[in-house]
Order: sequence, then C-alpha cells, then structure tokens
Amino acid sequence: MKNGTSAAAILAAGIGLAMTGIISTLAEAIAAFGKVLIWSKPVGDLSGKTFIGIAAWLVSWLILGLLWRDKEVSFRPILIVSAVLLVIGLLFTFPPVFDLIAGG
Amino acid sequence: MAFTFREIWTAIHGMALGFGFVLFFTGALALLLTLQPQLLTARGIRRNIILLKISGIAIAGLSWLAVIVGTYIVYPWYRAAPPKGTTDLSSFPRSRLLANSALSGWHNFGMEWKEHLGWLVPIIATAALFLIFRYGEHLAKEKKMRWTVFVILCIAFVLAGIVGVLGAIITKEAAVV
Repeated sequence: MKNGTSAAAILAAGIGLAMTGIISTLAEAIAAFGKVLIWSKPVGDLSGKTFIGIAAWLVSWLILGLLWRDKEVSFRPILIVSAVLLVIGLLFTFPPVFDLIAGG
Repeated sequence: MAFTFREIWTAIHGMALGFGFVLFFTGALALLLTLQPQLLTARGIRRNIILLKISGIAIAGLSWLAVIVGTYIVYPWYRAAPPKGTTDLSSFPRSRLLANSALSGWHNFGMEWKEHLGWLVPIIATAALFLIFRYGEHLAKEKKMRWTVFVILCIAFVLAGIVGVLGAIITKEAAVV
C-alpha cells in the first residue's frame, strides 16, 4: 500500500496546527489584524483564527493528497516536519509566548 | 437543585463530549495495542478494525462537536461584556476573573490557552481517523503506521486533557451560569 495520501494527511495536519498558532500570535501582536479576524462578534477573533487554520489544513491536505496520490514518499522526514509544525502550533498558541512576541 | 440553560450546554461541552472523547480514546488505544497478527485471528482483526473505525469516528466527531459547541455556544456567554455600571459579575465569567487580580490569570493564561489549544485537537484526531480508514486491516501488519496512529491519538489526548483540566478549573472559579 502506497503511503502518499497518509503522509499528506499527517503533514497537512501539521500545517493546520502551525497556521493556527502563527495566526493567533499575529492577531495578538497586530491589533488591527486581530480586528480583521472578528468574523463572529460574540466569539471575537477566535472565529477568524480558527477558520484560517482549518482552511490551511484542508487546502494543504487537498493539494498534498493530489500530489502524493498513489506515490510512495519518504515517511520519516514527513513525520519530523509534521512534529516541528506541531511544536510551532503549540508554542504560538501558548499565551506566555504570544504575549512575549506581542510585547505584552 | 436545578441546571440553567447555560449550565446544561457547559455540561454538554465539557462532560458529555469531553468524557465521551476520553472513553473512546481508551478503547481505541486498547484496540490498537492488540491489533497484531500474532494475537488475533483474521476474524478478530476484522472485528478490531470495525471497532477501531467506530472509535476513531467518535474521537474525531466528539472533538469537533466539543470545539464548535464550546466556541460558538458557551464561549460567547463566557466572554460577554457586562453593561456599564454592573456590579454583580456572576453572569459574566470573563469580567469576573479579570476584576480579581488573584483570579485574572485563569483568563489571561488559562482560557487564552484553552480556547486556542482546543482547536488543535480535532485536526489531529481527524488525521488519525484518516489513517485508520486508509489502512484498515493492513494496520495489523504495518507496525510503523500502527504506532504512528497510536502516537497521533496520544498527542490529541494530551492536548484534550490540558483543555479539559483548564476548563474544569475555570468553571470552578467562574462558572457560566
């Protein structure tokens, strides 16, 4: 069984996590950007942050899935990159980190 | 003893969906750990995979429901700003926490972390679900992929655990009522 689509699913999840983290930190650091992300007033900027993270995940999954369909890819580097993206996602959604970057 | 409408939704978010996630997670781990050709017959593997698929759907589905209910139903009640001049903040948990310097960390750190971290869980759980369906019975022979699913599910569980504990503490300090 070829591992391309599975690798795509794992890497795309990493991209979604990292994007959610990066967008969250940017929203804290740049107030105007945070306001742009208020797509639901009762929820605040969390609505935009999470929507963009999910969109990045799904779009990257679709693209990688098409690129790697029926292909055997080197799995270990994919796992390592996905783990790094997970750490980025975790770091940038950790309040002390995004407060530090936002200067507050 | 009676629950308010908001308390019922908070309980659905944290207890029904959250504990459901934990329940199916433990089941999925047990199924994954016993999914080995030397431990199961071919029929046993087929049965394990069916149960694993059900658990995977439940884990991913419950985590999506938990974040959607939490973010779009419970969270607006939590973060609602009190009208000017309000002195009783019991119905405004966020403001209640921020008004007390001893408790403000539960919003500035606890809720800020929880609201972001929670959304990472369903993405991770969905990736695990995809792998379970993609490999199906092949998972029994593909040790590397089986452990990959195991680790991915454990990551989702740890993050969900942090989110759950923070939610419980925040609810204890300033419940949505």
